Amino acid sequence: MSVKLDAKIPSGPLEKKWEKRRFEMKLVNPANKRKYTVIVVGTGLAGSSAAASLAELGYRVKCFCFQDSPRRAHSIAAQGGINAAKNYQNDGDSVFRLFYDTVKGGDFRAREANVYRLAELSVNIIDQCVAQGVPFAREYGGYLANRSFGGAQVSRTFYARGQTGQQLLLGAYQALSRQIGLGAVQMHPRTEMLDLVVVGGQARGIVTRHLVTGKIECHVSDAVVLATGGYGNVFYLSTNAKGCNVSATYRAYKRGAAFANPCYTQIHPTCIPISGDYQSKLTLMSESLRNDGRVWVSKKKGDTRPPDQISEEERDYYLERKYPSFGNLAPRDISSRAAKEACDDGRGVGPGGRGVYLDFADAIRRLGENVIRERYGNLFDMYERITGENPYKVPMRIYPAVHYTMGGLWVDYDLMSTIPGLFVLGEANFSDHGANRLGASALMQGLADGYFIIPYTIGDYLAGTKLPKADAGHAEFKKVHSEVEERIRRLLSVKGKRSVDSFHRELGHLLWEHCGMTRSEKGLAKALELIPELREAFWKDVSVLGGGDEFNTALEKAGRVADFLEFAELLCTDARLRKESCGGHFREEHQTADGEAERDDASFCHVSAWEYAGEGKAPILNKEPLVFENVHLAQRSYK
Amino acid sequence: MSENKRLNLTLHIWRQKNAADPGRLATYRVQGVSVHMSFLEMLDVLNEQLTAQGEEPVAFDHDCREGICGMCSLTVNGIPHGPQRGTTVCQLHMRHFADGQEITIEPWRAKAFPVVRDLVVDRSAFDRIIQAGGFVSVNTGGSPDGNALPVPKKDAEAAMDAAACIGCGACVAACKNASAMLFVAAKISHLAKLPQGQPERRERALAMVAAMDQEGFGFCSNQYECEAVCPKEISVRTIAVMNRDTLRAGLGGA
Repeated sequence: MSVKLDAKIPSGPLEKKWEKRRFEMKLVNPANKRKYTVIVVGTGLAGSSAAASLAELGYRVKCFCFQDSPRRAHSIAAQGGINAAKNYQNDGDSVFRLFYDTVKGGDFRAREANVYRLAELSVNIIDQCVAQGVPFAREYGGYLANRSFGGAQVSRTFYARGQTGQQLLLGAYQALSRQIGLGAVQMHPRTEMLDLVVVGGQARGIVTRHLVTGKIECHVSDAVVLATGGYGNVFYLSTNAKGCNVSATYRAYKRGAAFANPCYTQIHPTCIPISGDYQSKLTLMSESLRNDGRVWVSKKKGDTRPPDQISEEERDYYLERKYPSFGNLAPRDISSRAAKEACDDGRGVGPGGRGVYLDFADAIRRLGENVIRERYGNLFDMYERITGENPYKVPMRIYPAVHYTMGGLWVDYDLMSTIPGLFVLGEANFSDHGANRLGASALMQGLADGYFIIPYTIGDYLAGTKLPKADAGHAEFKKVHSEVEERIRRLLSVKGKRSVDSFHRELGHLLWEHCGMTRSEKGLAKALELIPELREAFWKDVSVLGGGDEFNTALEKAGRVADFLEFAELLCTDARLRKESCGGHFREEHQTADGEAERDDASFCHVSAWEYAGEGKAPILNKEPLVFENVHLAQRSYK
Repeated sequence: MSENKRLNLTLHIWRQKNAADPGRLATYRVQGVSVHMSFLEMLDVLNEQLTAQGEEPVAFDHDCREGICGMCSLTVNGIPHGPQRGTTVCQLHMRHFADGQEITIEPWRAKAFPVVRDLVVDRSAFDRIIQAGGFVSVNTGGSPDGNALPVPKKDAEAAMDAAACIGCGACVAACKNASAMLFVAAKISHLAKLPQGQPERRERALAMVAAMDQEGFGFCSNQYECEAVCPKEISVRTIAVMNRDTLRAGLGGA
C-alpha cells in the first residue's frame, strides 16, 4: 500500500490561497465544539498555543508533556528573536519579501503556499503576543524595536533581550494556564506519549506512560495534534534539551504517517566546542555575535601558540577571505562547513583542534568594551561560566553543532499528516523551512501553526468527518496498550552490561561522522551497515535498572534511544538517496568547482516522504513534486 | 583553555525511592572529575558508575542544561543551585570545587514541593498559582496592531526584569519559611508594569496570593535569601509591588 500525497494546496493566486481555503472550510457550530475531544502532545510554542486556542474555541482539550510543567518545553531556549513582516522600519519589508527570503534561505526545497501563509500570519503573531503582555524590546518612544538577522537585508526581528523564546513561550503558557484554570484543558505533565492509536484509518488517541507512577493509559479523542519538536538529539550532542526525542513522531510514522525529508538537519556554526568525552550537550552562542566578532584560525597547521602570539599576518580570516560580500555573516550552513574545512586542514584551535576563534578584539578597540557589554553581555557571561575564559580578553572558541531539524512528519496545507485526524505542528512537521532554516523563523512557525492555522483546519476536519464511537475498550486501543507494555517489559528484561547513554553516545558519534556536516556515498553506506549492528547490540546488552511501575529515568531514556536507533537508519537512507547538495544537506560528490553546494533541480525538486513498510522491510519512498510559480529557482551565492 | 585539572570528590546524596520512603543520605566517591564538567555532567559520570555496579542511578530533574528551562533543582552544600551567584546548577562548573572536597546534594525542601524520588520534587503548586490568575485574559485573534499600544522603554525593561523568572523554585528552597513570595511577585510585577496587565491587576494579585496560601507556602520575613539564590537575580522589590497591589485590592481601592 502506498500513501497518497495530496498537499491540498488551494488554487488561485498565492496571496489569496489562505483566504480562499478559510472560506471553503466547514465550521463546527459553537455548541457542538464541546462534544469533540482533541489531544495535543507537547507544550512548546506550537503545542501550548494550539491547546489554548482550541480550548478558547470550546473544544475539550487534553494536553500532554513529559516535563514537570508545560512551561519548560525547549522553545524556551530560543535566544535571538521572531521574524514578522511588519515593515515598522520602513526599510522595504513586505509579506512577499519574508516569503521570498524564507524560500531562498531553504534552498528552494519548501512549499511555496505554506511559506507564503507563514509570512502572512507573522504580523498577527506579534499583535497577539503584545496583547498577552510579552515584554518585547521597545524604542524610547514606546514602539516595538527590531534587529537584523542572517539571510535578510531588512530589519524584521522582534525580540525580548536574549530570551525571546522564553517570553513567547510564557505568553502561550499563560494562555494555556488560563484554560486549565477554567477547566477547558485537562493538563497531563510528566506524561509521555508512547504510541498513537489509529482506529478505522483515523487517529483516535494515544497511549501514555505516567513518568512518576509508571501507569500506562489510553486516551481517546476525535483528533490528535503532535507538537513534539525535532529529532536533533539523534546525534546525542546537540543544542536541544536532554529530553528532546523522536519517539512521538517516529511512533506515528510506524502507524502510517509519512516522514518527510529526514536528512534535512541544521548545524549551527556558533556553539561552544566540546570540552571532553563526558560532554552531555552543546550550548549555542547567538548568531547575532557574528555582527561584531571576526572568525579566524592560524594559517599554519598544528599551531599551538596562544592567540595573542599569532600576528595579524599569520591569521586566516577565512569567511572574510572566501565570502567577501557577506564575510562573517555568511549563512549558517556555509559558515559551518567552512569551520569544518579549516579544522580538517589541521588548523583548528583548542583541545582536540575542533574549534575556531570568534574574536571581538577589533570591535572592542573600535567601540569600547562597554558597547560590547551592552550588546552581548549575557552571552559573554554564559560563555565564561561554561569555559572559564573571559571573552573580553581572549577570543571565544566556537564550533558547529546540531541545532534544528527541518525534516519531520509530512503534512498537507491543513497541517494534517497522511493519517486522517493526525495533525502535526512546529518543528515536528516538515513544511516551511525547506533544506535550511533562517534565524528567527522557528518561533514564527510554531506560533503561526498553533494560534492561527490549526484552529481553522481542525474544525474543517471534525465537521466533515464521520467519527464512529471509540473508547479505551476498543480492540485497537487494547492492542496498542499491550504492545506498549510488552516493549517496556522487553527493555527491562535485557539486563545487559552497557548503559543507555553509552549506546546513545555511540550512535551520535557514528551519525556525526558519517551523516553530519558533509555526507558521502561511502560514509552513508558505512553508517547504514553500523546502525543495525548497534541496534542489535542495544537489544542484547543494554542495562535498564529498576522497574516499570516507578519513576525510572533510565527506562525513559531507553525507550527514546531505541527509537533513535531505528530512526537513524531512515535519516541515512534519505541522505543517501538525495544525490544533490541543498541547504544543510551537503553531499561531497555534489559540489561546484569552488566547493559550494550543488543542487540538482531536475532530479530532486521534490519532498521525499517515507512510508513505513513493516518490521525489517525497506521503507517506501513517495515523492511530492515542488512547484515554484512565484519565485525563480537560482543558485544561492554569498561570494 | 585553562589546564585540565582532575578532582576526586566525596558526594553525600539524598536517596529516596518514592514519596512514601523516609529517605537518607548516601555517600559515593567519584574520581578524576574534569574541572570543565558541569555539575550535572559530574552527576552523569556518577550515574554511569552506579549503573555499571548494578545500582540504580540518582534521579534528578534537568532538561535544557543552559539555564533557562528551570527544571534543574539541586541544593548544593545547603545552597539552592550551589555557590555561584546568578547561576543555575546546570551552568555551575566543577572548577568552582576543590580536589578532595565533600559535597552534599539535596532536593528542594518545602512542604509544598513534596519529593518524588531522590532529588526530584513536585513543583506543580507553581503551575496552579499561575492558573489562578497569572495571565492577561485575551483570546487568540482580534488583537490590535502591536504598535497601537506604546509601552515606555523603562516599563518594558522593568517588566522584562521580572518576567525573566524561570520558575525553578530556588526562592522557596532558600527561604526558612518556604515562602513563594518572590515567584508570585515576579509574575504580578511583570504584568503590573505593562498597560496590558492593568484591567485585571487587582483580581490577579488577590487570586494568585490566595492560591499561594492554599498551596501551603509560608510567609515572608524579609531576609532576602530568595533574591540571593535566584539564578535570574529577580529583585525583592517585586514583593513590594505585590504587597501594594494586594493591599489596595483588599481595601477595594483603585
